[in-house]
Amino acid sequence: MRGLEFKGLNTVSGPIIILRRKENVGFGEIVTIRDREGAEKTGRVIELSDDYAAIQVYGPTTGLSTDETSVEFLEKPLELVVSEDMLGRVYDGLGRPMDGFSPPFSSTFLDINGDPINPYAREYPRDFIQTGISAIDGMNTLIRGQKLPIFSGSGLPHNRLAAQIIRQAKIRGQDESFVMVFAAMGVKYDVARFFIDTFEEGGVLSKVAMFLSLADSPSIERLITPRCALTAAEYLAFSLGKHVLVVLTDMTNYCEALREVSSIRGEIPSRKGYPGYLYSDLASLYERAGKVSGGQGSITQIPILTMPNDDISHPIPDLTGYITEGQIVLSRELFQKGIYPPVAGLPSLSRLMKDGIGPGMTREDHKDLSSQLFAAYSRAKSVRNLVAIIGEEELSPLDKSYLSFGDVFEKKFLSQGEMEDRTIEETLDRGWDSLSVLPRDELYRIKTELIEKYMPMTEN
Amino acid sequence: MIEGRIVKINGPIIQAEGMGACGLYDVVEAGERRLIGEIIRLNRNLATIQIYEDNTGMRVGERILSEGRPLSVRVGPGLMGRIYDGIQRPLKDLYAMSGTGLKPGVKSDALEQGKTWDFVADADEGSLIRAGSLLGHVRETERLDHKVLVPPSFAGEERLVWTAPAGSYTVDEVVARGEKGSQFSMSHIWPVRKPRPFIRKLGMTEPLLTGQRVIDIFFPISKGGSAAIPGGFGTGKTMTQHALARWSDADIIVYIGCGERGNEMTDVLREFPKVVDPRTGRSIMERTILIANTSNMPVAAREVSIYTGVTLAEYYRDMGYHVAIMADSTSRWAEALRELSGRLEEMPAEEGFPAYLPTRLAEFYERGGRVSTLGGDTGSISIIGAVSPPGGDFSEPVTQHTKRFIRCFWALDRELADARHYPAISWIDSYSEYAEELRDWWQHINPDWLEVRTQALDLLKREERLAQIVKLIGPDALPDNQRLVLLCADMIKNGFLQQNAYDDIDMYSVPEKQVLILRLIMTFYRRSLEIIQAGAPLVRIRSLESVERISRVKSRIPNDRLEEFRDVEALLEGELGKLKKEYSA
Repeated sequence: MRGLEFKGLNTVSGPIIILRRKENVGFGEIVTIRDREGAEKTGRVIELSDDYAAIQVYGPTTGLSTDETSVEFLEKPLELVVSEDMLGRVYDGLGRPMDGFSPPFSSTFLDINGDPINPYAREYPRDFIQTGISAIDGMNTLIRGQKLPIFSGSGLPHNRLAAQIIRQAKIRGQDESFVMVFAAMGVKYDVARFFIDTFEEGGVLSKVAMFLSLADSPSIERLITPRCALTAAEYLAFSLGKHVLVVLTDMTNYCEALREVSSIRGEIPSRKGYPGYLYSDLASLYERAGKVSGGQGSITQIPILTMPNDDISHPIPDLTGYITEGQIVLSRELFQKGIYPPVAGLPSLSRLMKDGIGPGMTREDHKDLSSQLFAAYSRAKSVRNLVAIIGEEELSPLDKSYLSFGDVFEKKFLSQGEMEDRTIEETLDRGWDSLSVLPRDELYRIKTELIEKYMPMTEN
Repeated sequence: MIEGRIVKINGPIIQAEGMGACGLYDVVEAGERRLIGEIIRLNRNLATIQIYEDNTGMRVGERILSEGRPLSVRVGPGLMGRIYDGIQRPLKDLYAMSGTGLKPGVKSDALEQGKTWDFVADADEGSLIRAGSLLGHVRETERLDHKVLVPPSFAGEERLVWTAPAGSYTVDEVVARGEKGSQFSMSHIWPVRKPRPFIRKLGMTEPLLTGQRVIDIFFPISKGGSAAIPGGFGTGKTMTQHALARWSDADIIVYIGCGERGNEMTDVLREFPKVVDPRTGRSIMERTILIANTSNMPVAAREVSIYTGVTLAEYYRDMGYHVAIMADSTSRWAEALRELSGRLEEMPAEEGFPAYLPTRLAEFYERGGRVSTLGGDTGSISIIGAVSPPGGDFSEPVTQHTKRFIRCFWALDRELADARHYPAISWIDSYSEYAEELRDWWQHINPDWLEVRTQALDLLKREERLAQIVKLIGPDALPDNQRLVLLCADMIKNGFLQQNAYDDIDMYSVPEKQVLILRLIMTFYRRSLEIIQAGAPLVRIRSLESVERISRVKSRIPNDRLEEFRDVEALLEGELGKLKKEYSA
């Protein structure tokens, strides 16, 4: 496929080149750029005027000359060859195989930008995914078709947690397992290696499609990587009817790349120098999750992002939280206490939980129990603050019982081993165990019948 | 037809030449795929246009067409229960035409073509009509009488020479003719950015009842009022908006999902048909219009979706209905303005937002209100806008400017949301200027309202002050009468303010029940205080059965069995009476 080819550029500025064009080209079209040595790079038309075209180059622009560079317009948007054989393969950040084999044979090419899903075509996700992790299953339940990010900080075990979810995630009563799409954006090689090892040990390498744009790849490539991964996921889910689990790490690096390009283009920045369209741009990724009516498959997204300086109000976690259906927040305080997984109780949230739990899905006491656990843990936290000021001795008996609830809850409920796979019943029972520390009339969010049925008999 | 040529493309903003005959905000069809766009700036011959669909693949030199009319919506019977995108394309039809993904360039009529409606003329032949006059009516849904009015754009007066005999007509068929040759069908078009005219604005006298206790009692909104719900992510803006859309006693709801999640709209589409309106006994979907321009749909259409929604609301207001608009979220709309303004290379004001942000917000909120319509009815539009401040910080421009144009502020609180206290409306930061105006109405329904409201708010304020002290020295250092304040404040919070949207009984409270619960708590407080002053320790009171009963009454006594409150009152009187005797003896 050869399109129009031009020689010579007007401007090279970072990853943006501008050339004078004589023939007509389309907005958003993909181009191949050949430098003086004949090496090829990919780029995309981002602005057009009567005589000029601005092109964003997905690769290093080092060594590009204005006279000796040629640009070929391919008359199509950036596409990915999709087929079932993508599973078990490793791609680079631009969707080109990097495992030494040729691209899977297929006649289906998909535009990596996808089309926005018609809200009318969506089906509301409500199938409970058991991750075997109490902090998630009990308090922030993951639902098939949900987008639930992990908000972490540098040094926190987000990768281990994501790996544990990947290993253990299953739909109860169904044998059908997930296939996985993994996209790494700007992470170090060791991190990618950690995930590859996890897949290998789990014996699921043949069910994973990997898209790797590591820390040493040009940053602008990261703008393409998640789109390739999600295009693959959409094909697997909506055309082939598979249940796909997508892990995107690290979204912070993606946003940095977006800011870099925006600043080179001279756009008006909004908060912290990020472009005003950061929200829309992130939405164009995160919204590519879910279920569609008439289809069998689903896309469950677990984006991982590290909050700069652990600040949840930073634009990246902030805008992410506005789009995704909840968030799992990791806490440095719990981590330092030696608690794994250090899932912060209060700021974590799963918005789709309400419809995926309860009788027939998990257990009848789940809703009331989790609501009560949240309320009690919140109270326990404020009692801890009080202890810091007046000391434990001065506390009322009630406050003391909340204090010990906080400790039991963190030790027995939140903490678990990395290889420990708990059933939902075990998780809920552990929740009841923690609540048994409190006087019964403090359980105001739980129906009396449920307390009678599930509360373990103790001397309390 | 005006024809121009595209000369520049920068994302959804393009420039075209040869469009000098067009007016500002005229609608265009751009390029080979005839994508819908709107002219947002004119400079001699050169027009700047925002495109409402994805324009990847568009080329310089392609044609651009305009009929020289502004971006408009089509109004008539058949809007109710449907879901549209920001430029009023029916999403159900688009799904049937192009499947799961939204493809650029796909078009479908806003009102179902070929569908007939049973029209009954109300105007007599020979009667004099003007803009807003009643021509006839159609039963749009089981409970909704759709009045067919002379469009507001009709100038002057004319005598009717013919009205259609009762029967089935499509929205395009002529149903009335005037002596000067005017013809009227059941539908017309109206530019979205132009407010529909009315005779005059009226004062507010009646609350928009929402069944949500914290709103109806503490921070009420009137029919025709405007309110903002600001809150960081996860504080329950959308949940509150959904609850209001479900339970508020408006005749018609226009729900605008503006730049928010796709699944939320799916949730509405899935749940609303199942929810029965307590007043009509019909599904609430029969009174709801949805506008969905989710975050991943084109940003320019997000900007216009707010206007599309409010124009549809005005259309029903003109028939004399009370309409409520839920706009979720106005911040996404403001961000769309910012994004488009950035591409126009306008000089930014605060945080990159254009300087005209407050003007636009004011224009939008002022389209609400209670009015006397052209046809002589009284109708209203209440606007409830969600605001999503970055980082949950209310000092940002959208929240601050919105505050200038609304009179009811429901501030969502992060701490409450973290403790899963929903609705997480803060009783400290929220306010409602409508409370004064609604006094007479409540006086009529339940004279206790004002008294318990004032007492409860006062109690919560005292608790807020005491909480500062408790943080420093712990609750045990306080005297019993102050600890009683803490206890009763907890009862108000857990037994009254917190409302479970998933509990069949608790999800919706009639006004009488709301007052009864609060009165119960306040009575408990007054009586307990007497006993404590008589020397009883708080422990005795805390351990009474009534404490637990009162805290659970919200989810125990259904709206139709309010007489059961007497049992709880009796228990309370009995227990406290006994204690009182013990200590006064």
